Amino acid sequence: MAKTGAQILVDMLIKKGVEYVFGIPGGAVLPLFDTLYDSPIKFILTRHEQGAGHAADGYARATGKVGVCLVTSGPGATNLTTAIATAFMDSTPLVAITGQVKRRFIGSDAFQEADITGITRPITKHNYLIKDIRDLPGAVNEAFHIASTGRCGPVVIDLPVDITTETWDGAIPEEVNLPGYKPRYQGNPRQIRLAAEAINHSKRPVVYTGGGIIHSGCHKELLEMAERGNFPVTTTLMGLGGFPEDHELSLGMLGMHGTLYANHAVTECDLLIAIGARFDDRITGKLDEFAPHAKIIHIDIDPASISKNIKVDVPVVGDAKNTLAELLPLIQPAERREWLEKIKEWKEKYPLSYDNSGVLPKPQYIIEQIWEVTKGDAVITTEVGQHQMWTAQYYTFTRPRTLISSGGLGTMGFGFPAAIGAQLGCPDKTVIDIAGDGSFQMNIQELATVVHHKLPVKVAIMNNGYLGMVRQWQELFYKKRYSQTHLEDNPDFVKVAEAYGAKGFRVERKEEVRPVLEKAMAIKGPVVIDFRIGEEENVFPMIPAGKTVKDAIREGTFGGMA
Amino acid sequence: MRHVITALVENKVGVLARIVGLFTSRGFNIDSLTVGETENPELSRLTVVVKGDDATIEQVRKQLGKVIDVIKVIDLTDTPYVERDLLLVKVNVPPGKRGEILEIVDVFRGKIIDVGQKDLIIELSGTEDKLEAMIKLLHTYGIKEMARTGQIAMARGSK
Ligand SMILES: Cc1ncc(C[n+]2csc(CCOP(=O)(O)OP(=O)(O)O)c2C)c(N)n1
Ligand SMILES: [Mg+2]
Repeated sequence: MAKTGAQILVDMLIKKGVEYVFGIPGGAVLPLFDTLYDSPIKFILTRHEQGAGHAADGYARATGKVGVCLVTSGPGATNLTTAIATAFMDSTPLVAITGQVKRRFIGSDAFQEADITGITRPITKHNYLIKDIRDLPGAVNEAFHIASTGRCGPVVIDLPVDITTETWDGAIPEEVNLPGYKPRYQGNPRQIRLAAEAINHSKRPVVYTGGGIIHSGCHKELLEMAERGNFPVTTTLMGLGGFPEDHELSLGMLGMHGTLYANHAVTECDLLIAIGARFDDRITGKLDEFAPHAKIIHIDIDPASISKNIKVDVPVVGDAKNTLAELLPLIQPAERREWLEKIKEWKEKYPLSYDNSGVLPKPQYIIEQIWEVTKGDAVITTEVGQHQMWTAQYYTFTRPRTLISSGGLGTMGFGFPAAIGAQLGCPDKTVIDIAGDGSFQMNIQELATVVHHKLPVKVAIMNNGYLGMVRQWQELFYKKRYSQTHLEDNPDFVKVAEAYGAKGFRVERKEEVRPVLEKAMAIKGPVVIDFRIGEEENVFPMIPAGKTVKDAIREGTFGGMA
Repeated sequence: MRHVITALVENKVGVLARIVGLFTSRGFNIDSLTVGETENPELSRLTVVVKGDDATIEQVRKQLGKVIDVIKVIDLTDTPYVERDLLLVKVNVPPGKRGEILEIVDVFRGKIIDVGQKDLIIELSGTEDKLEAMIKLLHTYGIKEMARTGQIAMARGSK
């Protein structure tokens, strides 16, 4: 029986097990929305397309499944681009369907026309402009396949409206045929042997892991490997949750705002075992002084990530889980007592710490309390800024997919809509967006979405009245000239929450933190908590951009600050 | 160092845009880029000439390989291969110099493909060096217009 393009697409989405689609309708997708009206797919109407994209992304990160969003042509599609770029930088599996004007109008500057395949080419893993209904099924299959295999990423399908109304009765293929796309899952055995040799010879190894651990789901193998060889493990922001931070081999996060002991360990190590991480500049600081004494092993699914920023000695292209499974039996158990002793010294000498005096609650304290109240079993999303770094530092992540944060692109406004997706994907979990007052206002309209769907998402705003992270740089490097970082006329977030139909609380004293958190967690609906923190709180330690751990600024070592 | 890299790509819309975009966004410096059909109408062959250190060239190869529609990437530089560039040049013919110019064309085994009152169009194919050498000589007479295809290349022998 002949089906319309819209019906073909919706049937394929159902067949692929898509539970939720996030988006906003418009002229070019009217036929699609009409078809969705009768389908079992639950549509989550957001209040901005960026919110839809981040929500689909959050859903994908929380569940490991492909996130799907659907928006109209032109402005609907361009509004989605930040979310696509965010997913691209953090390798999230996302399929974004954008409406397009009728085929015969393409290229004519028609109403609500934008060249979205052109615009998204550098921020997608792949994209399609469908010009013939017969290509639609193949493109949908390929899009899901490409998005969710190899190094995951977003794929855009741009669909002209006249294709959604045209009918076709051809067979829907099941398989994909992509001769140019063959991700390598199995590491080369010779390279794995070389890696094992280097590991067994190493006296001072450090394992440095990134988001790849989470994507490939190899946290168990990682733990087993670390315990067998007594390897200290440090993770990037994206890797948090991939290794239990309450484990004695954990060094926490490394890099610009990482722990000093992680950064010292990397500086002194003789072997760096990088797994599913990409040597981002926020991690390495000054490149030629990053792990200067170390031989480097790099295990990654993306060959282009290897030796991109730093020359690697033993590259292994493959999926982290498969590779670690092969590598494990080759690793000789070792105590490495001297090295672990040294690390213990650093941990004692440079612990993460903050001054908890004063009446106002400290952000670090709030985050520790969030951890305690949720027993570390929540899904935490963050926005971007100081609050994001405090979360990374002071929330003890022990399980994968419990931190959802925009690491690569650093997108303010990501955390709240991502929390919506995460909550839908994990209905039984507590989902908390740890937000900044600046970032929250970038997608604050999604309060309507959480209220409408009665999602119990909690938003904890670390309200410093500033674009705090930028202010911190101005304080440290621009003589406190606070150019355009003071948010003097922030709204009353409690009233804003209430206006949307959510609950709102304000916390201005340290002793209120715990009881208000407990009260908020007990509420079944959405809650916004406005935590008033000091205006000039800083994130320490900090290794200034392009510098090394020797130049680290610690709490109390910077004039006037504590 | 100069590298000649060829890639077999699917003959689909947007492939060329994707590859050109990749070169600009990653900051790779290309001398030339050509695309054309192959023996299989569904595939095109792309030839790029890039300059860069080993790390850059490795990135070029890997980034090209990441493009979904790219099937195979080969760096010809370390294997025996042939390369050709095609040149059309309209050269000024000063009075009394026609003979000299014809001689040059002859030495390079070029072809005269159009003769005007005061100019000639010469066709020459060959390696970059050969083309450069003739262009240099023709400069003395004045080059009015020039067009080149950029390199195409192929590995020698069976493979
Ligand atoms: C969309 C976007 N615009 C600008 C920036 C630059 N930026 C990085 S952090 C930051 C301040 C964030 O302020 P807030 O959300 O209040 O967090 P805080 O640092 O105060 O905790 C800004 C403006 C960004 N990361 N993303
Ligand atoms: Mg702030």
